[in-house]
Amino acid sequence: MTSKPRHAATATSPLGMLLITGAVATVGLLIVAPLASVFVDAFSNGPQAWWEALAHDPDTRHAIWLSLTVAPIAVLINTIFGVAAAWLVARFRFPGRSLLVSLFDVPFSVSPVVAGLALVLIFGRQGLLGPTLAWLAVKVIFAWPGLVLATTFVTLPLVVRELIPVMEAIGPEEEMAAVSLGANGWQVFWRVTLPNIRWALLHGVVLANARAMGEFGAVYVVSGHIAGATDTMPLRVEKLFQEYRTPASMAVASVLAALALLTLVAKVFIERQLETESQELEAARAPGADTDPTTGGLGP
Amino acid sequence: MSIRVDGVSKSFGTFKALDNVSLDVPQGTLLALLGPSGSGKTTLLRIIAGLEWPDSGRIEEDGTDITDRHARQRDVGFVFQHYALFRHMSVFENIAFGMRVRKAPQADVKSRVDELLHLVRLDNLGARKPAQLSGGQRQRVALARALAIRPRILLLDEPFGALDAKVRVELRQWLRRLHDEIGMTTVFVTHDQEEAFELADDVVVMNEGHVEQRGTPEEVFDKPASPFVMDFLGNVNVYHGRVENGRAFWHGVPIDYPDYPHAQARAARVYLRPHELDIARTLSGGPSEAHQATSLPATVLRQTRTGPITRITCQPQEGGSELHVDLPSAAARQLGLQSGEAVSITPRHIRVFLPDPEYVI
Repeated sequence: MTSKPRHAATATSPLGMLLITGAVATVGLLIVAPLASVFVDAFSNGPQAWWEALAHDPDTRHAIWLSLTVAPIAVLINTIFGVAAAWLVARFRFPGRSLLVSLFDVPFSVSPVVAGLALVLIFGRQGLLGPTLAWLAVKVIFAWPGLVLATTFVTLPLVVRELIPVMEAIGPEEEMAAVSLGANGWQVFWRVTLPNIRWALLHGVVLANARAMGEFGAVYVVSGHIAGATDTMPLRVEKLFQEYRTPASMAVASVLAALALLTLVAKVFIERQLETESQELEAARAPGADTDPTTGGLGP
Repeated sequence: MSIRVDGVSKSFGTFKALDNVSLDVPQGTLLALLGPSGSGKTTLLRIIAGLEWPDSGRIEEDGTDITDRHARQRDVGFVFQHYALFRHMSVFENIAFGMRVRKAPQADVKSRVDELLHLVRLDNLGARKPAQLSGGQRQRVALARALAIRPRILLLDEPFGALDAKVRVELRQWLRRLHDEIGMTTVFVTHDQEEAFELADDVVVMNEGHVEQRGTPEEVFDKPASPFVMDFLGNVNVYHGRVENGRAFWHGVPIDYPDYPHAQARAARVYLRPHELDIARTLSGGPSEAHQATSLPATVLRQTRTGPITRITCQPQEGGSELHVDLPSAAARQLGLQSGEAVSITPRHIRVFLPDPEYVI
């Protein structure tokens, strides 16, 4: 039942042609061409040079490793928080609920640089928790915990925002049915809730991961930009570029760009699944066609 | 298992869903909770199931207080209004769920599910997903799932509400037979009086969080305990009249009403059921004095035939709201009334409800 474009408005009119040309030109100029040029530049000296730029520079290696560590930790925190928060908001009514939902969106509206600075103000040496952290000998700012915090902050809305509408649409009845059948809380979650929200959750996770890998602003502020220690991939791209090592910079950038393309593919696939599930949900809510061949056989 | 609800109250914010409700359901009874939406019937059902907690009062099963017992430990099978089937599981796994979470051996699960699939006439559909079933089939899966844990009480929330008329009637009769075979104490919620009367041994009419009346379907239908029950059962003509000296007056027509022997006149509501009214063509020259004294002159507005019953809508000649008279269609055809004809209407039976004394000035 996917909506097919109707042929009533054919695109052959002069205005239609003009609009199509405009759209194609915009997408080509703003999205396709820059993305393609990243790959062209990255491989301009051949795959060998590309590989060496990535693998033979210890600072670049470290940046890749750091990104591959920080992003999954941030995504994991987000997933746990997202599921718990969405469940709270979708299943319970309490005072301050809508305020809480609006607060989930703050990371979207705050500039990442401001977010990073705010974290420095709290966790930095001169910050609110500075003395406590110093006493505990825990370094947050200019260290990887700061990177995780900053990344978690900017990606916070992605999972929870994805789950709330889905959980609200599904409703609490299946969970109540599971309870009445004797399931405990964990059994309800693993056997009923999670399978029902799995595609929405995966969607949120993929988006959060893409954002986490690519985050620059907030991470820039809290990292201190220490090569080989607190540089993530996006920071490394910028640093190499500033040092006029454009091919190396583009090599790292091409990895990020490839990740973006991968995310896009995953996103399209997951959205198809979500579409199917929401149609099934609708079908399940419908009274049922009741061309029921077996009710006729209910007689003794 | 018998159920006893003792003085249960429940509020949601400022809304009082249940107000000091008490109810006994003897072992093996098939009981209907009948009422309009917002009457508290679903809340009561959920409290019995342990899916909702009462603010005050007690729930007992076989004389044991289970008020604080979790839904998991109540031996209750619950069928939800919209089935609430686990949509990502097959029909088989839906039915098996209760046994799986109890860690029942695989062989037991298999044999029990097969047995239930047979019981609900879905033998070959175990591998289907709920989305691939019709409404009636889904409802039977929900029932099989609830029965799988061998509950001692079966609770159903508007079990047939979402089904179309034909399937609804079939499933209803099937549920009645199933109940008679298993003999399990069963409570179901409905807003459909026909469903309640056809299916239940006992009907409890609820309104605004309290029980208006409890009785067999015959008792409730023939002797409605309150104006609300009378109104809710519907299909009734309601008039404002008065009572005086052992008689009730309806449009000035006196009817014996020995319950009020006092000389002081009081306002009263008069209820007349359409099938308890006689209708006759007024002969030209006017009705005899005697006839006129006990019947109401009216004009036929229209006739509507619904199957075996024909409803004649009349307008009392002195004004006031329209009046319905139900006749067997054969009798109506024989009478052959035309629109605009003058008729006289005589009640065979009326019910009078006086307003509560505290409202009398």
